[in-house]
Amino acid sequence: MWEPDYEKMSRQDLNNLQLERLQQLVKTAYEKIPFYRTKFQELGVAPKDIKSLDDVAKLPFTSKTDFRDNYPYGMMAVPLSDVVRVHASSGTTGKPIVAPYTAKDIDTWANLMARTLATAGAHSGDVIQNSYGYGLFTGGLGFHYGAERLGATVVPMATGNTKRQIMLLQDLGTTVLTSTPSYALIVAETAREMGVDITSTQLRLAVCGAEPWSENMRAEIEAKLGITAIDIYGLTEVMGPGVSCECPCKSGMHIWEDHFLAEVVDPSSGEPLPYGQHGELVLTTLTKEALPVIRFRTHDIVRLHPETCDCGRTMVRMSKVRGRTDDMLIVRGVNVFPTQIETVLLSVEGVEPHYQMIVDRERHMDELEIWVEVSEAVFSDVMSSLEDLERRVRAEMDSILGISAKIKLVEPKTIARTEGKAKRVVDRREL
Amino acid sequence: MKTKQVSVFVSNEPGRLVGMLKPLSENGINIHALSVADSTDFGIVRMVVSDTEAAVKALHQAEYTVRVNEVLQYEMPNVPGGLLTAVVEPLADAGINVEYFYAFTESDVGKARVVLKVNDVDAAERVLRTS
Repeated sequence: MWEPDYEKMSRQDLNNLQLERLQQLVKTAYEKIPFYRTKFQELGVAPKDIKSLDDVAKLPFTSKTDFRDNYPYGMMAVPLSDVVRVHASSGTTGKPIVAPYTAKDIDTWANLMARTLATAGAHSGDVIQNSYGYGLFTGGLGFHYGAERLGATVVPMATGNTKRQIMLLQDLGTTVLTSTPSYALIVAETAREMGVDITSTQLRLAVCGAEPWSENMRAEIEAKLGITAIDIYGLTEVMGPGVSCECPCKSGMHIWEDHFLAEVVDPSSGEPLPYGQHGELVLTTLTKEALPVIRFRTHDIVRLHPETCDCGRTMVRMSKVRGRTDDMLIVRGVNVFPTQIETVLLSVEGVEPHYQMIVDRERHMDELEIWVEVSEAVFSDVMSSLEDLERRVRAEMDSILGISAKIKLVEPKTIARTEGKAKRVVDRREL
Repeated sequence: MKTKQVSVFVSNEPGRLVGMLKPLSENGINIHALSVADSTDFGIVRMVVSDTEAAVKALHQAEYTVRVNEVLQYEMPNVPGGLLTAVVEPLADAGINVEYFYAFTESDVGKARVVLKVNDVDAAERVLRTS
C-alpha cells in the first residue's frame, strides 16, 4: 500500500480530516474567487456555516457551464505566476475547460496517481506502457508522473500507431498497459491480426479509464490480453486521472477521500442520496490550490459503498460508471445508457463492443439506430447468417432494454475514435 | 474441384468497392470470379482469386473484414443447357442443396465455370466428378 496511514484511516479520523480541509477550502474559495463569493451570497451561505460534513449540502453546485462562463482563468484561486501547468478537456462544443495547477498540485497529483497505480497492482520495477494521449488531455501526463513517482519504467507511447506499440510491448518487456478500454481491445485485435500471441508476453495488468465500460468488456479485455484489467476514474475539472481506482478485489473504485469529498445526488432535484443508491456523483476538491472546485456535477451515474474493502482500505468505493446523465438517451420515454447497449452486444457471441447509437426523430417518433462493427468472428459469406445476426441483436435489445432499434452492420473502424475514446452517442433530434 | 473463396464485408457506400479492389490490383492479384450479394446497408463480395493468401493479407492491411472458405469450382461446356445437365440436375438428384452460386464464361475456349456453395462439399464433389 502506497500510503497506508491515509488509505486505511478510520472513518472518524477521515471525517475530521475532511471537515478541516473542507472548511479551509471554502474559506479560500470565498475569499479568492469572485465567482464563488457571488454564488455563496445568492444562497445566503458563508464559510462559517460549514460546521459539519453534512453542511456541504448548503453549498452551491459547480457545473461545466460555470467553467465555460469563466473561461479561461476566472475560477482560479492563485495568481497565474503561481501556475506551473495548464491542462484542458477536449470540449466537443465551444471553448475547452481549462485546468491550472500549482507546483504543489502537480506534486499531489503525481502522488495520488502513484497511489492509484499501486492500488491497481503495479509496483516499482514494472514497465508501464502509457497509451493515453499526451498533451492538453490529463490522461497522458497524469499517468506518466504517477508511474515515475511509483518508481516504474515509463514508456510514453500515447495513443495510436498500434503495430509499433505491439512491437515495443514485446521488445521492452511491458508489464502494465495504461489506456482507454476501447484502445486495449484495439491492441488485442491488432496483435491477433499481426499473428502476435499477446498472452505469452510479460503483460499482466491494464489500467483502463476515461470512458465508461461494462463488466462484459472487462472480461473480453482480460481474456484477449491474458491479463487483469482495472478500472480507474478521474476528470479534468477536479484533477485528472487518479480520483479513484479499483484494487484487485474489483469491487468498486476507492475514492481518495483525503483529497476529494464525494456525494451522490438525485440528478434532477440535486438532493443528496443515501449510500447504495444510484445517482449523480458530485465531487469537492479538498487540497487543490490553483483550482478549488466545490460540488462539481460530474454527470456520472454511480453508487457509493462505504464498507471497508477486503483489501483493508477504508476509502469509500464507487461502482463502475453506469452511464452519464448527458450521455443518457431518452428514446421513446425509455432511459438508455451506452453501457447497457454494450452489455447486450457482448451477450451475442462473437460481437465486438464497437458500436454507436444514433437517435433521430422521424415524423415525431424517436428512431434508434445502432451501428455495430462487423468482426471476422461473426462475418460470413452467407447473407442469411448476417441478417440472422442483425435479427438476434435486435431481439436482445428489445427484450433487455424494452426498445426496438434498427441494427446496422458496418465495416471495422467506421466508428470515430478520438484520444482512443469511441463516440458512443449521436443525437440528431432537435429537442 | 474444391477451391478457396475470399469473402469481404463492404458497406453500401460510394468508394468502398474501390478501396477493396485497389489493394488487390496493387499486389498483382487477379480475380478469376466475383459476385456481390447485397442488403440495404452492406454487401458481401465473394471472389476466387489467383493468390488467396496474398489477397487476405492485402485486404487486412486495408482494414477489411475477410473470411476464407471452401467452395466448389466446376468447368462445363459453354452450350445451352450446360449448367442444367452438368451441374444443377446431378446435385438435385443427389439431394444436395445449393446455397448460392455464380457462373461466368471463358468465351475464347468455349467453356463456362461455376462457383458453388453447397451444404455438403465432399458429396457434391463426388457427384460432379462422376456425372
